[in-house]
Formats: sequence, structure tokens, C-alpha cells
Amino acid sequence: MKATVHVFLKPGVLDVQGKAVENALHGLGWSGVSGVRVGRVIEFDVAADSKAAAEAQVKAMCEKLLANTVIEGYRAEVA
Amino acid sequence: MKAAVIVFPGSNCDRDCKDAIERSTGAKVSMVWHAETALPAGLDMIVLPGGFAYGDYLRCGAMAALSPVMSEVRAAADRGVAVAGICNGFQVLCEARMLPGALLRNAGLKYVCKPVDLEVANAQTRFTAGFGGKRVVRMTVGNGEGNFFADEATLDRLEGEGQVVFRYKDNPNGSSRDIAGVVSERGNVIGMMPHPDRAFEPELGSADGALFFQSVLASA
Repeated sequence: MKATVHVFLKPGVLDVQGKAVENALHGLGWSGVSGVRVGRVIEFDVAADSKAAAEAQVKAMCEKLLANTVIEGYRAEVA
Repeated sequence: MKAAVIVFPGSNCDRDCKDAIERSTGAKVSMVWHAETALPAGLDMIVLPGGFAYGDYLRCGAMAALSPVMSEVRAAADRGVAVAGICNGFQVLCEARMLPGALLRNAGLKYVCKPVDLEVANAQTRFTAGFGGKRVVRMTVGNGEGNFFADEATLDRLEGEGQVVFRYKDNPNGSSRDIAGVVSERGNVIGMMPHPDRAFEPELGSADGALFFQSVLASA
């Protein structure tokens, strides 16, 4: 099964990278842009007997390594 | 005193730390590779050095925190051994949840490399007892992700319990409440972004870092 994990800084945690990208977009003339957040997408294949089992594995991976829940939130999809 | 410096793939201050400890304290220093599953016996201090462990891939310190040797470091800390994470080592200790908070990208977006003046916010720890009456010390920072972050409740608790050990006099990276170094609740695990290992002899611009290593020796 294919897993896709999206990791973003939590709201309230300063995303300086997002801020820099936002400033660059403004500089290019897109003055209507606001609230840019830069995160990461992690994709991988996972072997499991069922979708639920795969989801449980992926959640554990997120909690242990893929996201730092002190500062980041995540959204995982298995298909 | 016996000390160990943990070497991760991508560490680059490991030999500086070894020299700094040896020259400041005369201690014997072992270099321990990240894949080891045992530490030398009778250690008084373990240092996680600066650098870019595991290339800083995913997040700074994230994969280093899960490397084999870290279970031993954690067990040693639980036994009361002094553990110091310097720069990248601080990031590793936060990722390992051995210290609270996390290090974010610098607020100014720049890699900052310069000497900084630090207020010794708690001179009673085993890492700072040797500073004596010295309340401001100078060390060097070199980081792109040294912006200490923790939620407000955690920051209040750290301040209330005396766990903030060093504060920047002039915050170079946006760290919450100017925090440059924190110590664990039990007081034997410290994380700090400034490098005592780059300030242990007058020729380096400051010898204040030597007092840091000597403090640990005195308490060993």
C-alpha cells in the first residue's frame, strides 16, 4: 500500500521558511498572498494485511520519527 | 574524570570537544561511534557534539536521537551521569525527548556564527558551579537552527524550576525568552547552542568554556 504523510509546523510555531517564500511571492507581484506555510511530503510503500493495519503502522512511524509532535502536526493517508 | 564524546556520521565538533575536555580538565576522553551498544565503564560525562548528524536530514537530530548508542546514553543519564548536548547535540537531546522543546530555524533565516555573551541564569548546576561569581560568559554560536521553542507553559515551568541555565544577552536567533541552554529536571542533562568547545583557551577569544568542563569535573 502507498502511504503519504504530510508534515507541517503547528499553528503558532513561526515558519520562517514560509515567511521567506511569502515575501518572495510578494516581491514577484502576488500581493494577495498570505499565510504561506512550507511543510514536507513523505511517500513510501508499506506492506500490511489491511488498510487499518497499514494506517496504524504509519501513525506509529509519524509519532516516533516522521514528525516531531512538539512543533509539528501531520496528516497520513494510506491507499 | 572519564568522559566520552559520541560520534555520529556528520558530527564535526567531536575532536574539538575531545581536545577541549582534555586540555581543560586532564580527563581521559573516549570517542564512541553511534552504532555502539555499550559505553565505556565509569563515565562521569558524555558529550553529544556539534555538527550535522545524519546530514540533519528530516529534522536536525531526528535520526541521531534514534541511533543505537542513544539507548545507552539515556540509560547513563537515568543513572545520573552528566550529559551535555552542544549545538547539534542539543537538537539530538530535544529530539530524544531527554530535554523539553525543540530547535527551529533561526528567526532571521541566517546561519549565525559569532561570539555571544551569555548570562549564567543558574549558577548552581553541575555544569555552571565553577563559573564562581562570573555572571556573564562568552562562547561562540554557529547554527542555522538554534531558535529554541517550547510552548508557554513549558517555558514558564523551565523558568520557575531554574532549568534555564544560559540566556543570550543579545538574542542571535529568535530563541524563546532568550534561552541559550536548558537543563533537565534532575539537573544532569544539559543542552546548549553556544559552544564551550570553541571557547576554552584565551587564544580562541574566550576561555570561559573551560570553566564549563571543569564544573562537571568538580562535581564528578
